[in-house]
Amino acid sequence: MSGYFKELFTGTKSLAVGMGVTIRAFFSPVVTMQYPYETPKIPERFRGHIELVADDEGKPKCVACGMCQRACPSGCITVKGKKREDGGKGKVVSFYRLDFTKCSLCGQCVESCKFDAITFSKEYNLASTRKEDFIYDLLKRLQEKNS
Amino acid sequence: MSVTVTDPNLETFVLNLGPQHPATHGVLRVKLVMDGEYIVSAEPVLGYIHRMQEKMGENRTYAQFLPNPPRLDYLSALSYNLGYVMAVERAAGIEVPERAEYIRVICTELNRVASHLLWHGAFILDLGGFTPLLYAFDDREQILDLLESVTGARLTYCYFRFGGVYNDVDDDFLAGAKAFVKRMRERLPMYHDLVTNNIILIKRLKDIGFISAEMCRKYGATGPVLRGSGVAYDVRKAEPYSVYSEFDFDIPSYPEGDSYARYRVRMDEIAESLRIIEQACDKIPDGPVRAKVPKTLKPPPGDYYHAVEAARGEFGVRIVSDGTTKAYRMKLRSPSYSNLSLFGEACEGMLLADALALMGSLDLVIPEIDR
Repeated sequence: MSGYFKELFTGTKSLAVGMGVTIRAFFSPVVTMQYPYETPKIPERFRGHIELVADDEGKPKCVACGMCQRACPSGCITVKGKKREDGGKGKVVSFYRLDFTKCSLCGQCVESCKFDAITFSKEYNLASTRKEDFIYDLLKRLQEKNS
Repeated sequence: MSVTVTDPNLETFVLNLGPQHPATHGVLRVKLVMDGEYIVSAEPVLGYIHRMQEKMGENRTYAQFLPNPPRLDYLSALSYNLGYVMAVERAAGIEVPERAEYIRVICTELNRVASHLLWHGAFILDLGGFTPLLYAFDDREQILDLLESVTGARLTYCYFRFGGVYNDVDDDFLAGAKAFVKRMRERLPMYHDLVTNNIILIKRLKDIGFISAEMCRKYGATGPVLRGSGVAYDVRKAEPYSVYSEFDFDIPSYPEGDSYARYRVRMDEIAESLRIIEQACDKIPDGPVRAKVPKTLKPPPGDYYHAVEAARGEFGVRIVSDGTTKAYRMKLRSPSYSNLSLFGEACEGMLLADALALMGSLDLVIPEIDR
């Protein structure tokens, strides 16, 4: 019988202590961020989908060596190159398509690039009902960004 | 509370729990034979989210399989990343710089705390208490922000690489990790006030959902389920990998074997993980974070196995190499699969509501069970 009353006492006390936590939380500052009215700060290393990097003249650094295409686990990247127009050595990129529907943002393309020609973007507001919206022409994207 | 059903001629009916049920946390289906409110037998049905991860491991090069293991268990992704990377390192004989090992330990332990916090919230949610989830998510958010700042992702990290990590951490991260340890230590008593000592929780969990050490051994259950049955087995202590042997930490275990014991094991593990993070932040040496690794890995032919302690138990990777760039066989041993296997035996004769509490205390992650 004494056990019953003891449990009644400790049980009621535990509920009161728990209620105390709730009351303290009620009067403490709000931690919820009111997205989309406030937006979070995106850290420097955030991995969005990849994009091409331009050199000082605004042209893509990419030489279409195809290392990123080979490194990609899911075959998201299609890259094609053409001979340089000025007759110089090497190639320039003529086509760069990213199929973001398959990408898992592992970063092996960026890691494999020896020319620092691709980087992670900071895009995170990506939502669409159409699959085509996630197939990016990165070369066109870069040209639009520069113009 | 529980009764044992002995009469086979009882009037029973079959109840489908899942595959879409809030308490199964994913697409798990359990076929229950019920006698009123009591469970006569239970049979988990798997395969709703099977993705052939092991086969994928045999069709891709070692580096190309890197993003897959973290997607098995999205809640403690870094442990899975670590397990796979270390297995390949063992196969290819790669030495990892010490600073990289410390970074791995700090990140993995932070991830373990995040995983346990989410479990804590979701478990109480299963039992009908909504608010603890919001407290847990507040703390978990701090960890996610920290990990996002170094790994670039919030959930399915792909941060560890063969021979090291993707990139070095800065002092801000180490200071942030220390600040989190301090914050979490102050918050832990609050969790105990709010949840652990709550009489309703104790009444729902204590002496209910008994799992014996023998049952764990029979089904190969590991992690907090095994430690909640009184066996202080943890891969970090039993077969220390990485730099775990340099830290001073305990393995919490409770001999009761009920749902409450498993609850307390996980809460104690959060405190132990904080101890490891604090020591690692103090001891972390300077130096390179990545060893020189050949571009195409061709481990010598052989059979390799490496296990790590993930948040849910022992995660093991077995690689059979035939000397080519792809594995001949990639076996992923995931803890939740074994932990779920004992559910059928453990919940016989229990009330349905108590069985759901038992299932919550197993901390199941379905993509990891199905692979």
